[in-house]
Amino acid sequence: MAELIELVWILTKIGVILGPLILSVAYLTYAERKIIGWIQNRNGPNRVGPLGLLQPFADVFKLMFKEVVLPANANRFLFLIAPLLSLMPALAAWAVIPFGAGLVLTDINAGLLYVLAMTSLGVYGVILAGWAANSKYSMLGAMRSAAQIVSYEIAMGFALVGVLMAAGTMNMSGIVQSQAGPIWNWFWLPLLPLFVVYWISGVAETNRAPFDVAEGESEIVAGFHVEYSGVAFAVFFLAEYANMILISGLAVILFMGGWYSPFHGLPVLGPVFDLVPGLVWFVIKVAGFLYLYLWFRATFPRYRYDQIMRLGWKVLIPVTVVWLVVLALMILAGFGPWFD
Amino acid sequence: MITQAIFYFFAVVLIFAATMVITARNPVHAAMYLVLAFFNSAALWIMAGAEFLGIVLVLVYVGAVMVLFLFVVMMLDINLEKLREGFIRHLYIGVPIAAVMVVQMLLVVGSGIMDPATLPSGDLPIPEDAANTALLGSVLYTVYVYPFELAAVILLVAIIAAIMLTLRRREGTKHQDPGRQVKVRKEDRVRTVDLPRNQQSGSR
Repeated sequence: MAELIELVWILTKIGVILGPLILSVAYLTYAERKIIGWIQNRNGPNRVGPLGLLQPFADVFKLMFKEVVLPANANRFLFLIAPLLSLMPALAAWAVIPFGAGLVLTDINAGLLYVLAMTSLGVYGVILAGWAANSKYSMLGAMRSAAQIVSYEIAMGFALVGVLMAAGTMNMSGIVQSQAGPIWNWFWLPLLPLFVVYWISGVAETNRAPFDVAEGESEIVAGFHVEYSGVAFAVFFLAEYANMILISGLAVILFMGGWYSPFHGLPVLGPVFDLVPGLVWFVIKVAGFLYLYLWFRATFPRYRYDQIMRLGWKVLIPVTVVWLVVLALMILAGFGPWFD
Repeated sequence: MITQAIFYFFAVVLIFAATMVITARNPVHAAMYLVLAFFNSAALWIMAGAEFLGIVLVLVYVGAVMVLFLFVVMMLDINLEKLREGFIRHLYIGVPIAAVMVVQMLLVVGSGIMDPATLPSGDLPIPEDAANTALLGSVLYTVYVYPFELAAVILLVAIIAAIMLTLRRREGTKHQDPGRQVKVRKEDRVRTVDLPRNQQSGSR
């Protein structure tokens, strides 16, 4: 009986995390259309509800009532399971994300490793979708995306190794606690090259502009999900945006001090700003990174495919390797306020 | 009770997936069943307290190795009928190999090394607060540091060898040199020409 209550309690917590997450996805699409609209001197959606605020729901209902078309020669089972395979890891990784001090579903010691494992699974949905649809454009999109994700995972993994060295733990809460202090105490400063590499690889991992050749509209229509419609397409969409929020959340936890306020530990400002709950600081920082995603999309032209590969292998990976050596020396020397 | 139920669930799915890997007709399905098998064995390892090994199994085998596998399998144009007809033909060599492997495994398992009673007991079950990853790391980098470094060097040699084997200078590839692309200036490419105005308009 006690185990059952425990189980129900865990399920409730999962619901409390996933509910707001899916709502954020809905409003991230709204924010994206609005912000890109403003950047391009347009209004963005403004018809459904006040200020167009009900637009995401209108889109969801439209997609739900549309037919899921199965291509004639598609592999039925894999075609239908591919969207779920891309959504599952995007949601599962949230299990170890600390939203505030102690606000985490499971505080496991190998948290960082778990996140890395989960994000590396997202590629299955993409390749299977591309293959199962039995369409040339899908296949091309899937191949591009799979090669890109596998390449940038290496740079991202190396960047995370740097965080791991600096924090001395793989526990996500432990990583945030080792950054306790004002804004210059956070890891973005001593790990600046790794932070930049992480963020570039994060954008590339989620197949977002300027690295969105996987769905490059001008060449291969919509890439791996060109044959998807209705709810199946909506699930891919959900997974992509959940992954964006996840990468932003990880950036906040690993480099931007998680739930700490930028003035934490300072004489007067510290206690004042600490009155704001840590969850709010976390959300504000995540929103900042999400804005970067949208800003990139509105301002950068798409990379050419060979340039993406060159950037990943010949620029980002060497930078991380060099900085890992520098970081090791900084830790040995007890450099600055970070490694004493 | 619930723990046992979870264990048997993972174990049954693992055995089912492993069987399907060798019986599935479609190679892509077989690869996906292998992914499922890896996943369930990772879950079993985590249940046994080996969280680091479990997560690394997912990270390395599912996240990297199987993706490349799937990549290759998808690119192959495999005739499914041809694959199936070899089953009986290869049986006479397959069965003895399988038999040898079974005998070898029986010898190892039956010799008593695997008997829980004779194993060094350690702390079983593993205490809740033991940081598996940290313990593993401290042993790897102290007691086993030379074998560990040796393994790393062997892997590096394998990477370099694999790249050297496939790196050939082919003729006629449209190779681009990014350095030269960056160095290009407007003067090298663009020529401004003064066109005399055409007197008889519409004569073209």
